[in-house]
Amino acid sequence: MPIVIGFEGSANKIGIGIVRDGEVLSNPRRTYVTPPGQGFLPGDTARHHRSCVLTVLREALEEAGLKPQDIDAVAFTKGPGMGAPLVTVAIVARTVAQLWGKPLLGVNHCVGHIEMGRLVTGAKNPTVLYVSGGNTQVIAYSEHRYRIFGETIDIAVGNCLDRFARVLKISNDPSPGYNIEQMAKKGQKLVELPYTVKGMDVSFSGILSHIEDVAHRMLSAGQCTPEDLCFSLQETLFAMLVEITERAMAHTGSSEALIVGGVGCNERLQEMMGIMCRERGARLFATDERFCIDNGAMIAQAGWEMFRSGQVTALEDSWITQRYRTDEVEVTWRD
Amino acid sequence: MAGSNSKARPVEADPSGCPPPMEGLQLIQQGAEARLYRGQFLGRPTVMKLRFPKRYRHPTLDERLSHKRTAQEARSLLRCRRAGISAPVVYFVDYVANCIYLEDVVGSLTVRDYIISQQQSGEGTSSLILLAEKIGEILARMHDEDLVHGDLTTSNMLLRPPVENLELMLVDFGLSFISTLPEDKGVDLYVLEKAFLSTHPNTEALFEALLKKYSAASKKSIPVIKKLDEVRLRGRKRSMVG
Repeated sequence: MPIVIGFEGSANKIGIGIVRDGEVLSNPRRTYVTPPGQGFLPGDTARHHRSCVLTVLREALEEAGLKPQDIDAVAFTKGPGMGAPLVTVAIVARTVAQLWGKPLLGVNHCVGHIEMGRLVTGAKNPTVLYVSGGNTQVIAYSEHRYRIFGETIDIAVGNCLDRFARVLKISNDPSPGYNIEQMAKKGQKLVELPYTVKGMDVSFSGILSHIEDVAHRMLSAGQCTPEDLCFSLQETLFAMLVEITERAMAHTGSSEALIVGGVGCNERLQEMMGIMCRERGARLFATDERFCIDNGAMIAQAGWEMFRSGQVTALEDSWITQRYRTDEVEVTWRD
Repeated sequence: MAGSNSKARPVEADPSGCPPPMEGLQLIQQGAEARLYRGQFLGRPTVMKLRFPKRYRHPTLDERLSHKRTAQEARSLLRCRRAGISAPVVYFVDYVANCIYLEDVVGSLTVRDYIISQQQSGEGTSSLILLAEKIGEILARMHDEDLVHGDLTTSNMLLRPPVENLELMLVDFGLSFISTLPEDKGVDLYVLEKAFLSTHPNTEALFEALLKKYSAASKKSIPVIKKLDEVRLRGRKRSMVG
Protein backbone atom coordinates (compact mmCIF):
# COMPACT_ATOMS: atom_id res chain seq x y z
CA MET A 1 0.00 0.00 0.00
CA PRO A 2 2.43 2.69 -1.12
CA ILE A 3 1.60 6.30 -0.21
CA VAL A 4 2.96 8.92 -2.59
CA ILE A 5 3.10 12.70 -2.13
CA GLY A 6 3.12 14.82 -5.29
CA PHE A 7 4.46 18.36 -5.80
CA GLU A 8 3.15 20.41 -8.74
CA GLY A 9 4.13 23.96 -9.66
CA SER A 10 4.84 24.09 -13.39
CA ALA A 11 2.64 27.16 -14.01
CA ASN A 12 0.65 29.55 -11.83
CA LYS A 13 -0.75 26.91 -9.44
CA ILE A 14 1.11 25.32 -6.59
CA GLY A 15 -0.44 22.08 -5.41
CA ILE A 16 0.59 19.24 -3.13
CA GLY A 17 -1.43 16.05 -3.02
CA ILE A 18 -1.20 12.69 -1.30
CA VAL A 19 -2.47 9.49 -2.90
CA ARG A 20 -2.76 5.97 -1.47
CA ASP A 21 -3.72 3.22 -3.92
CA GLY A 22 -6.08 5.29 -6.00
CA GLU A 23 -7.46 7.23 -3.05
CA VAL A 24 -6.80 10.98 -2.85
CA LEU A 25 -6.08 11.71 0.82
CA SER A 26 -5.47 15.44 0.40
CA ASN A 27 -4.98 17.89 -2.44
CA PRO A 28 -4.56 21.55 -1.35
CA ARG A 29 -3.69 24.22 -3.92
CA ARG A 30 -2.98 27.94 -4.31
CA THR A 31 -3.24 30.03 -7.49
CA TYR A 32 -1.16 33.05 -8.39
CA VAL A 33 -3.67 35.54 -9.82
CA THR A 34 -2.45 38.57 -11.79
CA PRO A 35 -4.34 41.83 -12.44
CA PRO A 36 -6.61 42.07 -15.53
CA GLY A 37 -4.68 42.58 -18.75
CA GLN A 38 -1.58 40.84 -17.42
CA GLY A 39 -0.19 37.34 -17.69
CA PHE A 40 1.98 35.62 -15.09
CA LEU A 41 5.75 35.99 -15.39
CA PRO A 42 8.11 33.17 -14.39
CA GLY A 43 10.01 35.09 -11.69
CA ASP A 44 6.89 36.43 -9.97
CA THR A 45 5.22 33.05 -10.17
CA ALA A 46 8.23 31.34 -8.58
CA ARG A 47 8.19 33.96 -5.80
CA HIS A 48 4.52 33.22 -5.19
CA HIS A 49 5.17 29.47 -5.00
CA ARG A 50 8.15 29.98 -2.66
CA SER A 51 6.05 32.04 -0.30
CA CYS A 52 3.35 29.42 0.19
CA VAL A 53 4.83 25.99 -0.60
CA LEU A 54 5.53 25.09 3.04
CA THR A 55 2.05 26.13 4.17
CA VAL A 56 0.51 23.98 1.42
CA LEU A 57 2.78 21.07 2.39
CA ARG A 58 1.68 21.30 6.03
CA GLU A 59 -1.97 21.41 4.91
CA ALA A 60 -1.51 18.34 2.72
CA LEU A 61 -0.04 16.28 5.56
CA GLU A 62 -2.56 17.47 8.16
CA GLU A 63 -5.57 16.93 5.93
CA ALA A 64 -4.39 13.41 5.14
CA GLY A 65 -3.64 12.82 8.84
CA LEU A 66 -0.17 11.54 7.98
CA LYS A 67 3.37 12.04 9.25
CA PRO A 68 6.41 12.25 6.96
CA GLN A 69 7.44 8.70 7.92
CA ASP A 70 4.11 7.36 6.51
CA ILE A 71 5.04 8.56 3.01
CA ASP A 72 6.72 6.03 0.72
CA ALA A 73 7.87 8.25 -2.15
CA VAL A 74 8.07 11.90 -3.18
CA ALA A 75 6.89 12.76 -6.70
CA PHE A 76 7.46 16.15 -8.36
CA THR A 77 6.86 17.72 -11.76
CA LYS A 78 9.98 17.33 -13.88
CA GLY A 79 8.44 19.26 -16.77
CA PRO A 80 7.18 20.66 -19.06
CA GLY A 81 6.49 24.09 -17.68
CA MET A 82 8.03 27.41 -16.72
CA GLY A 83 11.62 27.07 -15.55
CA ALA A 84 11.64 29.18 -12.40
CA PRO A 85 8.46 27.77 -10.82
CA LEU A 86 9.52 24.21 -11.73
CA VAL A 87 12.92 24.67 -10.05
CA THR A 88 11.36 26.16 -6.93
CA VAL A 89 9.05 23.23 -6.38
CA ALA A 90 11.65 20.62 -7.34
CA ILE A 91 14.04 22.00 -4.71
CA VAL A 92 11.40 21.57 -2.01
CA ALA A 93 10.60 18.03 -3.20
CA ARG A 94 14.30 17.10 -3.26
CA THR A 95 14.85 18.56 0.20
CA VAL A 96 11.98 16.74 1.90
CA ALA A 97 12.88 13.50 0.13
CA GLN A 98 16.37 13.68 1.62
CA LEU A 99 15.15 14.81 5.05
CA TRP A 100 12.65 11.97 5.18
CA GLY A 101 14.91 9.46 3.44
CA LYS A 102 12.37 8.65 0.70
CA PRO A 103 12.90 7.95 -3.02
CA LEU A 104 12.18 10.65 -5.62
CA LEU A 105 9.96 10.31 -8.71
CA GLY A 106 10.27 12.84 -11.57
CA VAL A 107 6.88 13.02 -13.29
CA ASN A 108 5.89 14.32 -16.72
CA HIS A 109 3.16 16.88 -16.10
CA CYS A 110 1.04 15.77 -19.09
CA VAL A 111 1.21 12.12 -18.02
CA GLY A 112 0.07 13.29 -14.57
CA HIS A 113 -3.08 14.77 -16.12
CA ILE A 114 -3.80 11.58 -18.06
CA GLU A 115 -3.29 9.24 -15.09
CA MET A 116 -5.43 11.41 -12.83
CA GLY A 117 -8.17 11.50 -15.47
CA ARG A 118 -8.08 7.72 -15.80
CA LEU A 119 -8.19 7.28 -12.02
CA VAL A 120 -11.05 9.69 -11.36
CA THR A 121 -13.26 8.66 -14.29
CA GLY A 122 -12.43 4.98 -14.59
CA ALA A 123 -11.85 5.31 -18.35
CA LYS A 124 -9.90 2.26 -19.50
CA ASN A 125 -8.21 3.17 -22.77
CA PRO A 126 -9.51 6.57 -23.81
CA THR A 127 -8.51 8.94 -26.56
CA VAL A 128 -7.35 11.89 -24.47
CA LEU A 129 -7.88 15.54 -25.28
CA TYR A 130 -5.38 17.46 -23.15
CA VAL A 131 -6.17 21.16 -23.16
CA SER A 132 -4.61 23.79 -20.92
CA GLY A 133 -2.80 27.10 -20.94
CA GLY A 134 0.30 25.58 -22.47
CA ASN A 135 -0.84 22.37 -24.11
CA THR A 136 -3.27 21.19 -26.73
CA GLN A 137 -2.82 17.55 -27.63
CA VAL A 138 -4.88 14.57 -28.72
CA ILE A 139 -3.26 11.49 -27.23
CA ALA A 140 -3.83 7.75 -27.42
CA TYR A 141 -1.90 4.95 -25.76
CA SER A 142 -0.10 2.26 -27.69
CA GLU A 143 2.97 0.11 -27.01
CA HIS A 144 4.15 1.78 -23.77
CA ARG A 145 3.84 5.37 -24.92
CA TYR A 146 1.18 8.03 -24.84
CA ARG A 147 1.35 8.89 -28.51
CA ILE A 148 0.45 12.32 -29.77
CA PHE A 149 -1.94 12.01 -32.71
CA GLY A 150 -2.75 15.66 -33.00
CA GLU A 151 -1.68 18.90 -31.39
CA THR A 152 -1.51 22.61 -31.91
CA ILE A 153 1.12 23.68 -34.36
CA ASP A 154 1.47 27.07 -32.67
CA ILE A 155 -0.10 28.29 -29.40
CA ALA A 156 -2.21 26.32 -26.93
CA VAL A 157 -5.97 26.81 -26.71
CA GLY A 158 -5.74 28.10 -23.13
CA ASN A 159 -3.08 30.57 -24.17
CA CYS A 160 -5.38 31.81 -26.94
CA LEU A 161 -8.23 32.28 -24.42
CA ASP A 162 -5.95 33.95 -21.82
CA ARG A 163 -4.53 36.39 -24.32
CA PHE A 164 -7.99 37.22 -25.66
CA ALA A 165 -9.03 37.93 -22.05
CA ARG A 166 -6.17 40.43 -21.83
CA VAL A 167 -7.42 42.22 -24.95
CA LEU A 168 -10.83 42.76 -23.33
CA LYS A 169 -9.29 43.25 -19.84
CA ILE A 170 -11.33 40.37 -18.46
CA SER A 171 -10.47 39.44 -14.85
CA ASN A 172 -7.92 36.68 -14.15
CA ASP A 173 -9.76 35.76 -10.94
CA PRO A 174 -10.34 32.83 -10.55
CA SER A 175 -9.11 32.32 -14.14
CA PRO A 176 -9.57 34.11 -17.45
CA GLY A 177 -11.07 30.99 -19.02
CA TYR A 178 -13.75 30.73 -16.34
CA ASN A 179 -14.79 34.35 -16.84
CA ILE A 180 -14.89 33.95 -20.63
CA GLU A 181 -17.11 30.91 -20.13
CA GLN A 182 -19.56 32.89 -17.98
CA MET A 183 -19.66 35.79 -20.45
CA ALA A 184 -20.11 33.42 -23.40
CA LYS A 185 -23.34 32.15 -21.85
CA LYS A 186 -24.83 35.59 -22.56
CA GLY A 187 -23.49 35.77 -26.12
CA GLN A 188 -25.99 35.62 -29.00
CA LYS A 189 -24.29 36.46 -32.26
CA LEU A 190 -21.74 34.21 -33.93
CA VAL A 191 -18.94 36.39 -35.29
CA GLU A 192 -17.16 34.63 -38.13
CA LEU A 193 -13.60 33.67 -37.16
CA PRO A 194 -10.93 31.65 -38.97
CA TYR A 195 -11.28 27.88 -38.53
CA THR A 196 -7.97 26.04 -38.92
CA VAL A 197 -7.88 22.26 -38.73
CA LYS A 198 -5.01 20.45 -40.42
CA GLY A 199 -5.72 16.75 -40.22
CA MET A 200 -5.54 16.00 -36.51
CA ASP A 201 -3.61 19.21 -35.84
CA VAL A 202 -4.99 22.66 -35.15
CA SER A 203 -3.68 26.21 -35.28
CA PHE A 204 -4.91 29.02 -33.03
CA SER A 205 -2.51 31.90 -33.65
CA GLY A 206 -4.42 33.14 -36.71
CA ILE A 207 -7.68 33.25 -34.77
CA LEU A 208 -6.02 35.21 -31.98
CA SER A 209 -4.46 37.78 -34.35
CA HIS A 210 -7.78 38.10 -36.15
CA ILE A 211 -9.83 38.70 -33.02
CA GLU A 212 -7.17 41.04 -31.57
CA ASP A 213 -7.42 42.98 -34.78
CA VAL A 214 -11.20 43.26 -35.04
CA ALA A 215 -12.35 43.19 -31.40
CA HIS A 216 -12.09 46.88 -30.50
CA ARG A 217 -13.25 48.03 -33.92
CA MET A 218 -16.37 45.83 -33.82
CA LEU A 219 -17.13 46.76 -30.22
CA SER A 220 -16.85 50.50 -30.74
CA ALA A 221 -18.96 50.27 -33.92
CA GLY A 222 -21.61 48.42 -31.90
CA GLN A 223 -21.51 45.40 -34.23
CA CYS A 224 -21.23 42.97 -31.36
CA THR A 225 -20.89 42.81 -27.59
CA PRO A 226 -17.93 41.48 -25.56
CA GLU A 227 -20.21 38.55 -24.69
CA ASP A 228 -20.73 37.79 -28.41
CA LEU A 229 -16.96 37.70 -28.90
CA CYS A 230 -16.47 35.30 -25.97
CA PHE A 231 -19.27 33.12 -27.33
CA SER A 232 -17.91 33.12 -30.90
CA LEU A 233 -14.38 32.40 -29.77
CA GLN A 234 -15.48 29.46 -27.60
CA GLU A 235 -17.77 28.02 -30.29
CA THR A 236 -15.01 28.16 -32.88
CA LEU A 237 -12.09 26.93 -30.76
CA PHE A 238 -14.06 24.12 -29.16
CA ALA A 239 -15.55 22.94 -32.48
CA MET A 240 -11.97 22.56 -33.73
CA LEU A 241 -10.98 20.58 -30.62
CA VAL A 242 -13.98 18.26 -30.82
CA GLU A 243 -13.34 17.74 -34.51
CA ILE A 244 -9.72 16.62 -34.09
CA THR A 245 -10.66 14.40 -31.16
CA GLU A 246 -13.32 12.74 -33.31
CA ARG A 247 -10.82 12.36 -36.13
CA ALA A 248 -8.38 10.61 -33.80
CA MET A 249 -11.13 8.38 -32.41
CA ALA A 250 -12.20 7.38 -35.91
CA HIS A 251 -8.59 6.76 -36.90
CA THR A 252 -7.75 4.59 -33.87
CA GLY A 253 -11.19 2.96 -33.57
CA SER A 254 -11.57 4.20 -30.00
CA SER A 255 -14.92 4.39 -28.19
CA GLU A 256 -13.88 6.43 -25.14
CA ALA A 257 -12.92 10.08 -24.90
CA LEU A 258 -11.35 11.75 -21.88
CA ILE A 259 -10.85 15.48 -21.42
CA VAL A 260 -8.07 16.65 -19.08
CA GLY A 261 -6.25 19.91 -18.40
CA GLY A 262 -7.46 23.28 -17.17
CA VAL A 263 -9.59 24.13 -20.22
CA GLY A 264 -11.21 20.70 -19.78
CA CYS A 265 -13.40 21.97 -16.95
CA ASN A 266 -15.22 24.29 -19.37
CA GLU A 267 -18.76 22.97 -19.40
CA ARG A 268 -19.51 24.06 -22.95
CA LEU A 269 -16.51 22.07 -24.19
CA GLN A 270 -17.69 19.06 -22.20
CA GLU A 271 -21.20 19.45 -23.61
CA MET A 272 -19.97 19.62 -27.21
CA MET A 273 -17.69 16.63 -26.71
CA GLY A 274 -20.60 14.72 -25.14
CA ILE A 275 -22.80 15.33 -28.19
CA MET A 276 -20.03 14.17 -30.52
CA CYS A 277 -19.51 10.99 -28.48
CA ARG A 278 -23.23 10.20 -28.40
CA GLU A 279 -23.51 10.66 -32.16
CA ARG A 280 -20.85 8.02 -32.71
CA GLY A 281 -21.87 5.65 -29.93
CA ALA A 282 -18.87 6.45 -27.72
CA ARG A 283 -18.55 7.49 -24.07
CA LEU A 284 -17.21 10.76 -22.71
CA PHE A 285 -15.25 11.00 -19.47
CA ALA A 286 -14.51 14.34 -17.89
CA THR A 287 -13.57 15.67 -14.47
CA ASP A 288 -14.27 18.87 -12.59
CA GLU A 289 -11.98 21.75 -11.65
CA ARG A 290 -10.45 19.91 -8.65
CA PHE A 291 -8.70 17.45 -10.93
CA CYS A 292 -8.76 19.14 -14.36
CA ILE A 293 -6.77 22.14 -13.19
CA ASP A 294 -3.16 21.51 -12.19
CA ASN A 295 -2.97 19.86 -8.77
CA GLY A 296 -0.61 17.85 -6.60
CA ALA A 297 -2.61 14.63 -6.54
CA MET A 298 -2.17 14.10 -10.29
CA ILE A 299 1.61 14.15 -9.87
CA ALA A 300 1.29 11.81 -6.88
CA GLN A 301 -0.93 9.45 -8.91
CA ALA A 302 1.44 9.26 -11.91
CA GLY A 303 4.30 8.88 -9.41
CA TRP A 304 2.40 6.07 -7.69
CA GLU A 305 2.08 4.23 -11.03
CA MET A 306 5.81 4.70 -11.72
CA PHE A 307 6.74 3.58 -8.21
CA ARG A 308 4.51 0.50 -8.48
CA SER A 309 6.26 -0.53 -11.71
CA GLY A 310 9.68 -0.16 -10.09
CA GLN A 311 10.77 3.26 -11.33
CA VAL A 312 12.58 5.77 -9.12
CA THR A 313 14.52 8.92 -10.01
CA ALA A 314 18.07 9.15 -8.66
CA LEU A 315 18.99 12.44 -6.96
CA GLU A 316 21.44 13.34 -9.73
CA ASP A 317 18.67 12.81 -12.32
CA SER A 318 16.14 14.93 -10.47
CA TRP A 319 16.68 18.03 -12.64
CA ILE A 320 13.78 19.77 -14.31
CA THR A 321 13.18 20.57 -17.98
CA GLN A 322 10.93 23.17 -19.59
CA ARG A 323 10.41 20.97 -22.66
CA TYR A 324 9.32 17.44 -22.02
CA ARG A 325 7.02 15.82 -24.56
CA THR A 326 4.29 13.43 -23.51
CA ASP A 327 5.60 10.76 -25.88
CA GLU A 328 9.11 10.82 -24.37
CA VAL A 329 7.93 8.93 -21.28
CA GLU A 330 8.12 5.16 -21.31
CA VAL A 331 4.87 4.00 -19.75
CA THR A 332 6.10 0.99 -17.79
CA TRP A 333 2.87 0.57 -15.81
CA ARG A 334 0.50 -0.29 -18.67
CA ASP A 335 0.34 -3.32 -20.98
CA MET B 1 -13.70 4.17 -50.59
CA ALA B 2 -14.84 0.63 -50.19
CA GLY B 3 -13.09 -1.44 -47.63
CA SER B 4 -11.94 1.60 -45.72
CA ASN B 5 -13.68 0.27 -42.68
CA SER B 6 -10.70 0.87 -40.45
CA LYS B 7 -11.58 4.53 -40.15
CA ALA B 8 -14.29 3.61 -37.70
CA ARG B 9 -15.65 0.59 -35.98
CA PRO B 10 -18.23 -1.23 -38.09
CA VAL B 11 -21.59 0.34 -37.43
CA GLU B 12 -24.40 -2.07 -36.73
CA ALA B 13 -27.13 0.43 -36.15
CA ASP B 14 -27.03 4.07 -36.99
CA PRO B 15 -26.48 5.64 -33.54
CA SER B 16 -28.46 8.72 -34.51
CA GLY B 17 -31.33 6.69 -35.92
CA CYS B 18 -31.36 8.65 -39.20
CA PRO B 19 -32.56 6.82 -42.30
CA PRO B 20 -30.21 6.65 -45.31
CA PRO B 21 -30.62 9.56 -47.73
CA MET B 22 -31.65 7.26 -50.58
CA GLU B 23 -33.43 3.97 -50.55
CA GLY B 24 -31.32 0.86 -50.89
CA LEU B 25 -28.23 2.45 -49.40
CA GLN B 26 -26.52 0.70 -46.54
CA LEU B 27 -24.59 2.52 -43.84
CA ILE B 28 -21.06 1.11 -43.81
CA GLN B 29 -19.30 3.37 -41.36
CA GLN B 30 -19.29 6.63 -39.51
CA GLY B 31 -16.03 8.38 -40.15
CA ALA B 32 -14.92 11.53 -38.38
CA GLU B 33 -16.90 13.93 -40.46
CA ALA B 34 -19.26 11.97 -42.63
CA ARG B 35 -21.36 8.85 -42.85
CA LEU B 36 -20.52 6.47 -45.64
CA TYR B 37 -23.23 4.47 -47.36
CA ARG B 38 -22.88 1.80 -50.01
CA GLY B 39 -25.33 0.98 -52.75
CA GLN B 40 -26.18 1.40 -56.41
CA PHE B 41 -26.37 4.70 -58.26
CA LEU B 42 -27.53 4.49 -61.88
CA GLY B 43 -26.54 0.86 -61.89
CA ARG B 44 -22.99 1.35 -60.60
CA PRO B 45 -21.56 0.31 -57.23
CA THR B 46 -21.41 3.57 -55.33
CA VAL B 47 -20.21 4.97 -52.04
CA MET B 48 -22.18 7.90 -50.77
CA LYS B 49 -20.48 10.28 -48.39
CA LEU B 50 -22.92 12.35 -46.39
CA ARG B 51 -21.72 15.27 -44.29
CA PHE B 52 -24.57 15.17 -41.82
CA PRO B 53 -25.08 18.13 -39.50
CA LYS B 54 -22.84 17.92 -36.46
CA ARG B 55 -25.01 18.92 -33.59
CA TYR B 56 -22.11 19.85 -31.35
CA ARG B 57 -21.27 22.75 -33.68
CA HIS B 58 -23.13 26.03 -33.96
CA PRO B 59 -25.54 25.56 -36.92
CA THR B 60 -24.11 28.52 -38.86
CA LEU B 61 -20.55 27.30 -38.44
CA ASP B 62 -21.62 23.75 -39.26
CA GLU B 63 -23.32 24.67 -42.51
CA ARG B 64 -20.37 26.82 -43.55
CA LEU B 65 -17.89 24.01 -42.94
CA SER B 66 -19.95 21.19 -44.45
CA HIS B 67 -20.71 23.09 -47.59
CA LYS B 68 -17.14 24.25 -48.10
CA ARG B 69 -15.72 20.79 -47.53
CA THR B 70 -18.18 19.06 -49.84
CA ALA B 71 -17.36 21.49 -52.64
CA GLN B 72 -13.64 21.26 -51.98
CA GLU B 73 -13.65 17.49 -51.90
CA ALA B 74 -15.40 17.23 -55.28
CA ARG B 75 -13.06 19.82 -56.81
CA SER B 76 -9.89 18.17 -55.53
CA LEU B 77 -10.92 14.69 -56.61
CA LEU B 78 -11.42 16.02 -60.13
CA ARG B 79 -8.12 17.86 -60.03
CA CYS B 80 -6.35 14.67 -58.98
CA ARG B 81 -7.86 12.63 -61.76
CA ARG B 82 -7.03 15.30 -64.33
CA ALA B 83 -3.41 15.16 -63.15
CA GLY B 84 -3.34 11.37 -63.45
CA ILE B 85 -3.39 10.76 -59.70
CA SER B 86 -5.60 7.83 -58.82
CA ALA B 87 -8.74 8.87 -56.92
CA PRO B 88 -12.36 7.70 -56.94
CA VAL B 89 -14.64 8.93 -59.75
CA VAL B 90 -17.18 11.55 -58.69
CA TYR B 91 -20.64 10.55 -59.96
CA PHE B 92 -22.78 13.24 -58.44
CA VAL B 93 -22.67 16.06 -55.90
CA ASP B 94 -25.70 17.13 -53.90
CA TYR B 95 -24.89 20.58 -52.51
CA VAL B 96 -28.17 20.84 -50.60
CA ALA B 97 -27.69 17.73 -48.50
CA ASN B 98 -23.87 18.04 -48.63
CA CYS B 99 -23.27 14.60 -50.04
CA ILE B 100 -21.05 13.18 -52.75
CA TYR B 101 -21.66 10.03 -54.78
CA LEU B 102 -18.37 8.29 -55.52
CA GLU B 103 -17.07 5.23 -57.31
CA ASP B 104 -17.03 2.22 -54.98
CA VAL B 105 -13.67 0.50 -55.40
CA VAL B 106 -14.72 -2.98 -54.40
CA GLY B 107 -12.08 -4.95 -52.52
CA SER B 108 -9.77 -2.06 -51.70
CA LEU B 109 -7.79 -1.91 -48.47
CA THR B 110 -6.56 1.07 -46.45
CA VAL B 111 -2.80 1.55 -46.26
CA ARG B 112 -3.24 1.51 -42.48
CA ASP B 113 -4.68 -2.02 -42.50
CA TYR B 114 -2.14 -3.16 -45.07
CA ILE B 115 0.83 -1.99 -42.98
CA ILE B 116 -0.60 -3.57 -39.83
CA SER B 117 -1.23 -6.91 -41.59
CA GLN B 118 2.25 -6.92 -43.14
CA GLN B 119 3.83 -6.18 -39.76
CA GLN B 120 1.81 -8.93 -38.10
CA SER B 121 2.77 -11.48 -40.71
CA GLY B 122 6.40 -10.66 -39.80
CA GLU B 123 7.45 -10.44 -43.39
CA GLY B 124 7.22 -7.81 -46.03
CA THR B 125 9.63 -5.11 -44.85
CA SER B 126 10.75 -4.75 -48.44
CA SER B 127 7.19 -4.48 -49.72
CA LEU B 128 6.52 -1.86 -47.06
CA ILE B 129 9.56 0.15 -48.19
CA LEU B 130 8.21 -0.07 -51.73
CA LEU B 131 4.81 1.09 -50.50
CA ALA B 132 6.38 4.02 -48.63
CA GLU B 133 8.15 5.03 -51.84
CA LYS B 134 4.90 4.84 -53.77
CA ILE B 135 3.28 7.13 -51.19
CA GLY B 136 6.18 9.56 -51.52
CA GLU B 137 5.79 9.55 -55.28
CA ILE B 138 2.04 10.16 -55.33
CA LEU B 139 2.32 12.95 -52.78
CA ALA B 140 5.07 14.59 -54.82
CA ARG B 141 2.77 14.54 -57.84
CA MET B 142 -0.11 15.95 -55.84
CA HIS B 143 1.99 18.77 -54.36
CA ASP B 144 3.45 19.60 -57.75
CA GLU B 145 -0.16 20.21 -58.80
CA ASP B 146 -0.33 22.69 -55.88
CA LEU B 147 -2.92 20.50 -54.22
CA VAL B 148 -2.61 20.23 -50.43
CA HIS B 149 -4.57 17.33 -48.94
CA GLY B 150 -4.98 18.70 -45.43
CA ASP B 151 -5.66 15.39 -43.70
CA LEU B 152 -3.05 12.87 -44.74
CA THR B 153 -3.16 9.66 -42.71
CA THR B 154 -2.70 6.03 -43.63
CA SER B 155 -6.50 5.66 -43.36
CA ASN B 156 -6.97 8.12 -46.19
CA MET B 157 -4.94 6.14 -48.70
CA LEU B 158 -6.37 3.04 -50.31
CA LEU B 159 -4.83 0.17 -52.26
CA ARG B 160 -6.79 -0.96 -55.30
CA PRO B 161 -7.28 -4.71 -55.63
CA PRO B 162 -5.22 -6.79 -56.02
CA VAL B 163 -3.45 -5.04 -53.17
CA GLU B 164 -0.07 -6.70 -53.88
CA ASN B 165 0.26 -4.40 -56.90
CA LEU B 166 0.48 -1.46 -54.49
CA GLU B 167 -1.71 0.73 -56.66
CA LEU B 168 -2.43 3.74 -54.46
CA MET B 169 -5.49 5.90 -54.37
CA LEU B 170 -6.06 9.06 -52.33
CA VAL B 171 -9.38 9.80 -50.64
CA ASP B 172 -10.97 12.18 -48.12
CA PHE B 173 -10.18 15.57 -49.59
CA GLY B 174 -12.55 17.53 -47.36
CA LEU B 175 -9.76 19.61 -45.82
CA SER B 176 -7.85 20.06 -49.05
CA PHE B 177 -7.01 23.35 -50.70
CA ILE B 178 -4.94 24.82 -53.50
CA SER B 179 -1.68 26.47 -52.49
CA THR B 180 1.71 27.15 -53.98
CA LEU B 181 3.28 27.85 -50.58
CA PRO B 182 6.02 25.49 -49.37
CA GLU B 183 4.72 26.15 -45.84
CA ASP B 184 1.34 24.53 -46.62
CA LYS B 185 2.96 21.53 -48.28
CA GLY B 186 5.43 21.19 -45.43
CA VAL B 187 2.61 21.15 -42.89
CA ASP B 188 0.82 18.55 -45.06
CA LEU B 189 3.85 16.26 -44.74
CA TYR B 190 4.20 17.06 -41.03
CA VAL B 191 0.58 16.04 -40.39
CA LEU B 192 1.23 12.77 -42.22
CA GLU B 193 4.48 12.16 -40.35
CA LYS B 194 2.77 12.42 -36.98
CA ALA B 195 -0.23 10.34 -38.01
CA PHE B 196 2.09 7.75 -39.58
CA LEU B 197 4.45 7.37 -36.65
CA SER B 198 1.75 7.42 -33.97
CA THR B 199 -0.40 4.87 -35.80
CA HIS B 200 2.50 2.61 -36.74
CA PRO B 201 5.10 2.70 -33.94
CA ASN B 202 8.74 2.07 -34.89
CA THR B 203 8.37 2.82 -38.57
CA GLU B 204 10.80 5.75 -38.75
CA ALA B 205 12.76 4.02 -41.53
CA LEU B 206 9.62 3.69 -43.62
CA PHE B 207 8.78 7.34 -43.32
CA GLU B 208 12.34 8.25 -44.20
CA ALA B 209 12.06 6.19 -47.39
CA LEU B 210 8.82 8.01 -48.16
CA LEU B 211 10.42 11.43 -47.78
CA LYS B 212 13.47 10.43 -49.79
CA LYS B 213 11.31 9.38 -52.69
CA TYR B 214 9.19 12.53 -52.31
CA SER B 215 12.31 14.70 -52.52
CA ALA B 216 13.53 12.91 -55.60
CA ALA B 217 10.17 12.87 -57.39
CA SER B 218 8.96 16.41 -56.71
CA LYS B 219 10.24 19.30 -58.77
CA LYS B 220 9.59 21.72 -55.91
CA SER B 221 10.72 19.64 -52.95
CA ILE B 222 13.70 21.59 -51.62
CA PRO B 223 11.78 24.50 -50.01
CA VAL B 224 9.04 22.10 -48.87
CA ILE B 225 11.45 19.84 -46.97
CA LYS B 226 13.09 22.92 -45.49
CA LYS B 227 9.69 24.07 -44.22
CA LEU B 228 8.95 20.58 -42.89
CA ASP B 229 12.11 20.78 -40.77
CA GLU B 230 11.00 24.18 -39.50
CA VAL B 231 7.49 23.03 -38.62
CA ARG B 232 8.88 20.00 -36.77
CA LEU B 233 10.89 22.33 -34.53
CA ARG B 234 7.78 24.38 -33.82
CA GLY B 235 6.03 21.28 -32.54
CA ARG B 236 8.89 19.83 -30.54
CA LYS B 237 10.65 22.78 -29.02
CA ARG B 238 7.70 24.96 -28.28
CA SER B 239 7.74 25.71 -24.60
CA MET B 240 4.85 23.91 -22.98
CA VAL B 241 3.57 25.42 -19.80
CA GLY B 242 0.61 24.34 -17.71
